[in-house]
Amino acid sequence: MTKRMIALGFEGSANKIGVGVVTLDGTILSNPRHTYITPPGQGFLPRETAQHHLQHILPLVKSALQTAQVTPKDIDCICYTKGPGMGAPLQVSAIVVRVLSQLWKKPIVGVNHCVAHIEMGRVVTGADDPVVLYVSGGNTQVIAYSEGRYRIFGETIDIAVGNCLDRFARVLTLSNDPSPGYNIEQLAKKGEKFIDLPYAVKGMDVSFSGILSYIEATAEEKLKNNECTPADLCYSLQETLFAMLVEITERAMAHCDTKDVLIVGGVGCNERLQEMMRTMCSERGGRLFATDDRYCIDNGAMIAYTGLLEFAHGASTPLEDSTFTQRFRTDEVKAIWREANSEKLKSI
Amino acid sequence: MGWSRRPLPFLLRGSILPSLISVRVAAHLAAVAVARNLPLPASPSRALPLSFNIMEAEADSGNGSLILIKQGAEARVFEFSFVGRRSVIKERFSKKYRHPTLDSKLTLKHLNAEARCMTKARRLGVRTPVLYAVDPVLHTLTFEYVEGSSIKDVFLVFGSHGVIEERLDNIASQIGDAIGKLHDGGLIHGDLTTSNMLLKHDTNHLVLIDFGLSFTSTLPEDKAVDLYVLERALLSMHSSCGNVMD
Repeated sequence: MTKRMIALGFEGSANKIGVGVVTLDGTILSNPRHTYITPPGQGFLPRETAQHHLQHILPLVKSALQTAQVTPKDIDCICYTKGPGMGAPLQVSAIVVRVLSQLWKKPIVGVNHCVAHIEMGRVVTGADDPVVLYVSGGNTQVIAYSEGRYRIFGETIDIAVGNCLDRFARVLTLSNDPSPGYNIEQLAKKGEKFIDLPYAVKGMDVSFSGILSYIEATAEEKLKNNECTPADLCYSLQETLFAMLVEITERAMAHCDTKDVLIVGGVGCNERLQEMMRTMCSERGGRLFATDDRYCIDNGAMIAYTGLLEFAHGASTPLEDSTFTQRFRTDEVKAIWREANSEKLKSI
Repeated sequence: MGWSRRPLPFLLRGSILPSLISVRVAAHLAAVAVARNLPLPASPSRALPLSFNIMEAEADSGNGSLILIKQGAEARVFEFSFVGRRSVIKERFSKKYRHPTLDSKLTLKHLNAEARCMTKARRLGVRTPVLYAVDPVLHTLTFEYVEGSSIKDVFLVFGSHGVIEERLDNIASQIGDAIGKLHDGGLIHGDLTTSNMLLKHDTNHLVLIDFGLSFTSTLPEDKAVDLYVLERALLSMHSSCGNVMD
């Protein structure tokens, strides 16, 4: 039996720090994570988030190796999130990875966070070539694979959809535990009245900042006059934002002639978004692929898996290039592992 | 409602509804007759105001009435005869995934935008199909049937059979002229692709269609985005015609 390839992955681009151990076939051996939770009404700031990550990263490495029952010797490569994300939190995992790489004499692989979400979603759900809706607190993109890269067909032109939801949760001072988006989703289930909000789809792109300004400005007034409840506001906000996302996803599907959709990213856990997308897919005769919070939310395993794919196809990041960057577009990455697959398919 | 204040040519509010329904019922009966192998009433094409034959009835048995020309993501397009004129009905359908209030708001918004912008474009001297009727209840627009082929097909023929320079120049200058008039008048088409441009068979005139994403704006950015969409459409579809952007 040939030795299976194992990777250790570090994710720390936002308020979650995660370490994962996976094999090349996508089996997750361990995937512990810790979330920096701020008090209600507050967001997370880069400096404090980085300090949180620093405190938790080494215990997480230990627990990841222990749960997976592997030693540093068994590991083939160490992967980390190169970007995009917040600078200070990204720096923590980049530094730890550089140190471990030299201590354990293992190669490094820098991974694009967005591509990692897509690859994790593909391996967990078995979706082969779907249109991907990547929705999280920092990113909102409609992506499809074409000619060697993941191309962005539509995206937000200002803030991410998760950012819009999180910031509205702050207005209502909802709890940030486990996440503001989750608490909005639960509250929205009790909403009954639909309140008209702006709707901003611009071609293939969406814009959320105007909707947020509008609802922030009117929420206080409406709640004071008893015109609606916080639940109604959450419900209406979700309905409007998700309708916009489904619309641009459908447009990308028509453009690419693809029937299947994969939703990834933290907002992808939202069951109402999944339900709306499923309705749209079934109308077009396609399927929806979605995952739950174990894989949707940022985690170390997705970084480990994507890095390992790249490593298995001969790529790694030299120590001097193991930097991090806040801006790292999805389409900058050459998806060499998918090219290899398509060539294999052609030869069959 | 805002749309009714605009002077739409040949706007028949109210009267379109019964006429559409009666045609639908009559055509539906004919389709049922075909499906059940029953004898059709004599000369159905004269009994019904639309040309009707078995193949079309089979292809269209789901809707039972009109001849389906195209089904898109947001609308179905039918061929139809409106008071004896060959016409096209564009029906926007509702999206089940959306909240009903939001859905009807958006469907109406697009319907009104299309009716308004189509007529505004005509006023600016750009050829568009003549709008016959707007029905905000069934979400349909009825407009003139334009005999012609899309610029996309014309260009694809050029790509495979060689370019006729003279015709290409003529089409290109007509496109430029039309977009110039729209933008000078503060109208943005919103979906300038070669499939949304027709070339009339008899006169060789360019006709712009599908104003569903149109809006009024004088911002240079909106006009630039409009042109950018056209550039991308030309580059992705028609690189076989040579260097299209020169």
